[in-house]
This record gives sequence, C-alpha cells and structure tokens, in this order.
Amino acid sequence: MNTKTNHDRTCRAPKSVKGYSIKTSPDKTQIGGQVTVTINDHAIKVPLGTTILEASKSLGINIPTLCNHDDLCVAGVCRICVVEVEGQRNLQAACAFPVTSPIKVRTHSRRVRHARRHILDLMLAKHYGECYSCTRNGNCELQNLAEEYGVDFYRFGHLKEPRYTVDNSSYAVVRDMDKCILCRRCIRTCIDMQEVGVLGAINRGDKTKIATFLDKPLAEVICINCGQCINRCPTAALKAKDPTDEVWAAIDDPTKHVVIQTAPSPRAAIAECFGVEPGTALTFEMNTALKRCGFNKVFDTNFTADLTIIEEGTELILRLYKALVKKDPGVAETIPQFTSCSPGWVKFIEHFYPEFLPHVSSAKSPQQMFGALIKTYYAQQNNLDPANIVSVALMPCSAKKFECNRPEMISSGYKDVDYGLTTRELAKMIKEAGVDLLKMEKSDFDDPFGSATGSGVIFGATGGVMESALRCVIELVTGKKVENLFDHAEITPVRGFEGSRIAELTIGDVGPVPDLLKHLVPDWNWLRGVTLKLGVCHGTANAKKVLEDIRNGGPFSQCQFIEFMACPGGCLGGGGQPIPTTPEIRAARARAIYAEDRRSTIRKSHENPAILSLYKEFLTDGPCGKVSHKLLHTHYVARGKYILA
Amino acid sequence: MKAKYMSPLTFSTILPDEGLKKAVSIKRSEILAEISASKIKGRGGAGFPTGTKWNLAAAAKDTTKFIVCNADEGEPGTFKDRIILMDHADLVFEGMTIAARAVGSKEGILYLRGEYTYLLSHLETILQKRRDNKLLGDAILGVEGFQFDIRIHMGSGAYICGEETALIESIEGNRGEPRNRPPYPVDTGLKRHPTVVNNVETFAWCACIIGNGAEWFLKHGTAVSTGLKLFSISGDVERPGVYEFPWGITVSEVLEKCGGRNAKAVQIGGASGYCIPRSQFDRKIAYEDISTGGSIIVFGPDRDMLKVAKNFLEFFVEESCGQCTPCRDGNPVILDGIERLEKGTCSITYLNELRALSETMQVASKCGLGQTSTNAFLSILEHFKDECMGRGRE
Repeated sequence: MNTKTNHDRTCRAPKSVKGYSIKTSPDKTQIGGQVTVTINDHAIKVPLGTTILEASKSLGINIPTLCNHDDLCVAGVCRICVVEVEGQRNLQAACAFPVTSPIKVRTHSRRVRHARRHILDLMLAKHYGECYSCTRNGNCELQNLAEEYGVDFYRFGHLKEPRYTVDNSSYAVVRDMDKCILCRRCIRTCIDMQEVGVLGAINRGDKTKIATFLDKPLAEVICINCGQCINRCPTAALKAKDPTDEVWAAIDDPTKHVVIQTAPSPRAAIAECFGVEPGTALTFEMNTALKRCGFNKVFDTNFTADLTIIEEGTELILRLYKALVKKDPGVAETIPQFTSCSPGWVKFIEHFYPEFLPHVSSAKSPQQMFGALIKTYYAQQNNLDPANIVSVALMPCSAKKFECNRPEMISSGYKDVDYGLTTRELAKMIKEAGVDLLKMEKSDFDDPFGSATGSGVIFGATGGVMESALRCVIELVTGKKVENLFDHAEITPVRGFEGSRIAELTIGDVGPVPDLLKHLVPDWNWLRGVTLKLGVCHGTANAKKVLEDIRNGGPFSQCQFIEFMACPGGCLGGGGQPIPTTPEIRAARARAIYAEDRRSTIRKSHENPAILSLYKEFLTDGPCGKVSHKLLHTHYVARGKYILA
Repeated sequence: MKAKYMSPLTFSTILPDEGLKKAVSIKRSEILAEISASKIKGRGGAGFPTGTKWNLAAAAKDTTKFIVCNADEGEPGTFKDRIILMDHADLVFEGMTIAARAVGSKEGILYLRGEYTYLLSHLETILQKRRDNKLLGDAILGVEGFQFDIRIHMGSGAYICGEETALIESIEGNRGEPRNRPPYPVDTGLKRHPTVVNNVETFAWCACIIGNGAEWFLKHGTAVSTGLKLFSISGDVERPGVYEFPWGITVSEVLEKCGGRNAKAVQIGGASGYCIPRSQFDRKIAYEDISTGGSIIVFGPDRDMLKVAKNFLEFFVEESCGQCTPCRDGNPVILDGIERLEKGTCSITYLNELRALSETMQVASKCGLGQTSTNAFLSILEHFKDECMGRGRE
C-alpha cells in the first residue's frame, strides 16, 4: 500500500481574500534565512517573512487579535494588533507585517495602548446587545479584549436599538449582524477555506456589512450549513440555531420518551467547554451527565456508523460487481462511489456539482439511520408509540440540523431525527442542569445498540470512514484478519491531515463470501489481484479539487471509493464543535478519537454483534435489501447554483 | 465646467516623443539613473521618489511586470490630470512606455476614473495612433524586442481606488480595498507581479525628463522638491483653474496669481490635506513644507470653517472602503462630533477624546485614507477654534 498526496492547486477564491506573501529567497541559507527582531528589548532570531505576531508569540508576548485566525489568510483589517515599529511613521498591524530586516518593535507603548483602546471603543459603539443575553457570553473574543483593555465605559456611545433583523431563515446558521465587528473571518472561511463563497462585504464606509448574494436570507442561497464560519466568528454574529428549549420541553413532558444518540466527535471535544484542555475524551462521563439531564436513553451513533459501513460497503461491492463482472456501463460511470455521511458535503455537491450526484452513496448518514431505527426497530422492541419518541442527535455539526429537517428524512413515517444538538448546546444544557460533567461517574451506552466498535469512533476524523471500510473489506473479501496486515488494525496510510490523499490496496487471495453477502455476489474471484484505490479528502475546497480532478481524468478518477468530509479535519472540526478551533486543537481531538478506537475491544463494523442481530431480526433481507432501502437509504436533490428571485 | 489653464504649460513646449526616442538609444540603467538624478517625486500626493520605485521594479526578478497609470483623480479639488489627459495624453503614454523600457514591462494599464468616461474614446484614439506610428506594440520605434502596449481600465467612481493597492484590486476585478503593505506593488502588485503605479502627471514629467535631461528639470523647484508642478485651484478665487508653478512657491504667491488675496484659509492637498490659516500664508508648497497632490481650495472670509470640516468628513464617511475599524467607524464618530460642535453640545472633554481618536486613526488605519481623513478637521480645529466652539447657544 502506498499513499499519494494530491498537489493540485486549483482555487477559485478571489485573490483579494488571499494572503499576500512576501517573496523570500527559496534558498534560505544563502541569505541566512534568519533575521533578528527585537520586541520590547528582547531579541529573537526568526525565519525571514515571519510576522511580528508570530515572533511575539515565541517570546511569550501577547498581541491581541480579532481578524487574524490560524486557519485563515492574513486580513489586517481590525487593526487591534497594531504595534510600533521603529522607523515607521505609523503603527503596523502585527499580523500582517512580515519581518524581512532587523527591526525593533514595541507592543504596548502609550501610542499602541491608546490606539487599541480606541479601536475597541469604536467596535463597541457599533456592537448592539448586552453580554448577559448573548450565546457567546464567556467565550467571546471581543468581550475578552474589553476586559483585558479595561473598558469601563462606552467612550463613543453604544447602540440602543438594533440596526438589523436577525436572519433566522436557515435550519443551521443564524446571522445576527448587530453583533458583527466586520473582521471578515467568515468571508475568508467561506470563500477561501471552504470555497463556497456565500458571504461577502457589501456597501462602503460605516454602511459596510457582511451579506449574502443580493442580501438574501441564508436559507435561500447556496450555504452548505457547514458552520465553519460560526467556529471562527469572534462574537455571536454567527451562531447555530439552538433547539435546546424544544429539547428541554420534550424532557419535561412525561408523555415523551426522549432518546439521544451521540456522535464520536462531541465526546472528544465537549471537555473544552468546561475549561479542560483539548484532546480529553469524556465519553462515559457524558453518558451519565445526559441521563442526569433527563434523557431516557443514551445511544451511541457509532452503532449506525458501523451500519453505514455495512450498507455503504455493500453498495460499493454491488457497484463494482455490476461494473466489473456484469459490465454494466451505466453503473461503471458511477464509480468512484462517494461517501454521504457529511451533510455539508452532500449539500455542497448538490449545489456545485449536481452532475456528480449518481456517485454519492444512497446510504443515509449514521445520524439519520439511527433516527429511522429508533422510530421503527427500537419502538417495536420496546412497545413504544413512535409518535411519543423524541429523537435527539448530539452532533459536532451544524449541517446535521439541516439534514434532519430534509423533507425526505421521514422514512419511519415520522421525522427520523427531531432535533440536532451541537456539542456547544449540549454543554450549555449540562451546565443549566447543574451537572458537574468532570465529576460524573462513567456509564455505558444503552442497549439494544450499546456495543459499538472502534470503527464507528474514527468516523469523527478525516480518513476514518475509509479506514473503517477497509477494515471490513479486507476481512470480508480476503477472509484474513486485518490485524495480520496492519498493526492493531490501524491502517495509518489513510490517516493524516493532508487536504486530499489516495491510498492503494492490492487484494491478493480471496476467501469465501460471508453469509451476510451471499445472496448478492456468488464469489470474490473477480476481485483477486485487483488494486483498490481509495481517496480521502476533507474541507470542501479540497473536495472541489478532487471533483475537478475526476472531471479531468486525473488520479482520483481511478479511485473506487472516496471519502468526503465538508469540514477541515473531518467531523472533529465540525461547525458544532467548541470554539475556538485551530489546527492544534483539531489534532488533539483526533488523538482522543484514535485513542478511543485503540481502547475498543471490537474494532471492525462487521464484527459488531448488535449489527449482526439487527440484520437477523429486523433487516432480514440483508444489506441494501428492501427494508434497509426504505429506512436506511435516501436520495438527493440536484440544486445547482441558481438562486431564484 | 471645463477647467482651463491659467498659464501655458511646459508640457506644450515638449517635442513629441523626444523622450522615448532618447530612451531607446540609451541603456535601461541610464534611464533609471536619469530619473533618479532628477529627484522627481510622485505627483499623486504621497511623494515617493519615482527613481527609487522604478529601480525596485527593475531589480525585481519576474518575467511579467506591469506599468499602471493612476488616472483615478478623485481627490476633491483636483482636476489637473483631466487637463493633462485631455491635451497631453501622448506625453503620459510616452512616459509609461519609457517606464516599461526601464523596468522591462510589456503591459501597461491606464486606470481611468469612472467620471472621466467621456475621455475614453479620445484616449483610445490616441493609443491607436501610437500603435499605428510604432510607438506602441511590437518592436517600438523599430527596436527589436521592445514590446509594450497600453489598455484602459475604467474605474467605477470609488475614491479609494486612487489608493494604489485598491486600484490594483479593482483592476483584478475585486472589491476596491487596499492591501496590506508590505509587500509593496513594486514587489507584489497586479496579479502578484511587480507593478509600477504612478500618477498621470508623474509619467508626463518623466517623459520630459528623459527628453530634456535631469539637469533641465532640476532648474526648477527646491533642493528637495524638484521641478514644476500642476495645481488645481478652486474655491473663492477670481481665476480658478489649472496652474503650473515651481515647487517652493508660497501660499500667498499662489493666491496672488489666482486672485484670492482676501482668503481666510486655504485647504492644500484636497480633502485629505491640511487647512492653512492666513497667518501661515508665507509657507512654501513643497514636499518639505506643505505637501500636495495639486489640490488647492481657497476659502473666502465668509466661509464657515466648521461647515468646511463637516463637508470633508461627510466625504470620508461615504468613501471609506469599510475594511478597517479606525477609518470605517472612526470617521462617523468625528462627523458626529462636528455636528455636536455645530449644536454647541460638544464638551471640551469629548472634544479632546475626538482629537485623540483622530490621532489613532492617523497611525492605526490600514491605508492613506484613514490616515489622512482627519487632517482637515484637526487643522481647522487648531486654527479656527473660536469659530468651532461656543456655537448654537444663542
């Protein structure tokens, strides 16, 4: 097996939102490559082109920032990071000033302090609302700076009336422009990082505002609900649509049976909302806390992640079988098969590449599969009226809120999932319930879906779906234990944070077809000696590159299966995760997720006993059978990019 | 109103394409040396030495370089570029072609102010004539490998697009917003290639300098501010229009020439410049004293100076690109302060806050707009305090 990284650099983002790098000699040793910068009398050598902000960080000097973000290109617009550079008449933005010659910098001189305070005063003058009534109270970068810089009155006034109406149109993302400080992180996130481009600045001067195309409601434009803008908004100008009131109401209603399924990523991140360092998993403590909050049952979404692997894997096998053995050209055109578990990705392809929709697996996402099973299988088993079941999903995702409201997601006759909660919203509920999450004893997930495998857990990280699928495919096809091929069944070549990558796996000998799939394929001989090429990509900007590559007949067009995740890092970097987010935080969450996989006793989806009994008792015609098609599969809408007036 | 010159311009005495012919006969380094020797500084207002700019662009290692002429003449009270483009456009294009020769560029762009659309066909005709006469295109003046052409890009009426990096953004098809500097356009400009951006008048003078030599240019002006300069004079004067003066002329001499002897104040440098009271009329107009891109607005004895300040601030509130906090949100606060002064409801304490805020805007704004927008307000406040204070109480 080897890995290839896709180095294609297509990008449609306008250059105005890209960083402007200063050219330095490619051979850094030739010119020393290092330059001395003296900050507040402390000298440090840094590589040429390092910004003053970065140099200060390495000296332990804090410079406040608002528009700057580790994931985004330089903007230099908020001006809160201004510093004094000797020889420069004006103050310079530390985030945007590259050090290319020895310079002397002062980071908190009188001029600097006054300027920063004025900039804060100006922002606060236009920032409508009170901290008490704000979702970001206690987690707001503007609030923090106001505190750090000792803002004790509104020097230039404060708005008494809102200027804008809140845009509540979207199922996922709420825009409150009265809280916006025009740092433009959301624009850079949307255009530059995700290459979706829903948001932009309109008007000039103090009438400038962040708007959608023609200033239309968010629900009417091509927003994919990924929520990455929420994660990077320093204030509460962008937030997820919060259903906690409805969830509390359901919990309070004695006639309702309220169940919650929890995805793998929130458990690896919720601790951050309680001041614990990133990378601390609180899976079993969270289970207890959820019960204390009043949920009747706590289920593990990993169960349906395993189910997704079986359904999506079977679909892939069927596609390959029809294409390679039955020589069906119509099916051959739909290979590579694309994953469908990321609702942001699904809406992205519906808008931007609808012609590729036949490639997308018809399998529902784990959240929606679980929802359908809860209101059918689980209701039957427990003699519950599905009308009285309220199904809540704890997700790291804002797009899941949109997904559960898609009109086609009612295969049980009821809404498969009633409410999507983000990690942040659950943290709020836990706090409101007075539950001390960190002190909870551990408790397991509830039956009948209790046991899940490590394969389900790693769905949270980019490459996780692919790794889980591989664990299955290798064993089901070769009949050999995957542990014999990969240490601890860890297929590391598909792991990592590169934007997109291809892994190859050559199938040697094949084994007998397992019982579960016997009715679908007679033997595996047609796979003997076949090299499977598997693609992984995360972030829709990378998805765009991969799809363009397929269109141009590049390496990704040779793949059989490609995992797409809308968010950088996969679900662990989702739009419902705790704020802030940085590459380091996402890497820590990934470590927590892989550690949980390593702790699992069962690490392969097809070995999950609950899955096997589900197929025995309920989905009796097997994977991709009639029942599973009704409940566990879905269809898509070719939306295109046209916005109707 | 068609502005007119009040005195014959040196430009009309220059032999056509004398400079360009000379430029192709000497080495590129000699062109650069001649421009540097003339000590000419940018005529747009910022006053960056043109020789340095061209040298940096010439030294930049890139096969693609651009020459951009900034004809987005938007500073309130300037109209001299319009006159130059109307009557001496050949000289401007010649200057651009010389610059192209000096720095090694094949493509030039004239960014024309949206309000000057009526000049477009006139300029296109001149460009075509130059192409026909082998003054543009391949093998200019028969010199093998000297290839350069100019196209015109229309602006859309935003003041900020006169700022060189915003202008480049606008040419690239983006929202006209200034970039972070450094890197500067000579290093990373249009489409990330080295780009020389100069004012209309700068290019015209450069053509004259190469044609007549730096010595000729150095005969005029002061030691620091060399050469002649075109001024747009408007306001309470008997003879408004475009004038040519050497740098170093005093304000009172200017007023003498244009018939504004009883002026009580002169705004030099347009809306972003400074307001000079009568007591300082002996000051020199030069980079080392009162610098200007050419705009001189004269205020007669009956003018209400607070209204003047208010007018300028209204302009900046409107024209701020809205990108950086100090400029976007600072200008409206200053304007509100002026309105309070008008009503007599601005306390001394608050006025001091406004002064301090103005200083912050000057040092912390991202580009020249925010850095200069309060100049007029501060200088009016300084020199006409009595007029600004104690109003609206009677």
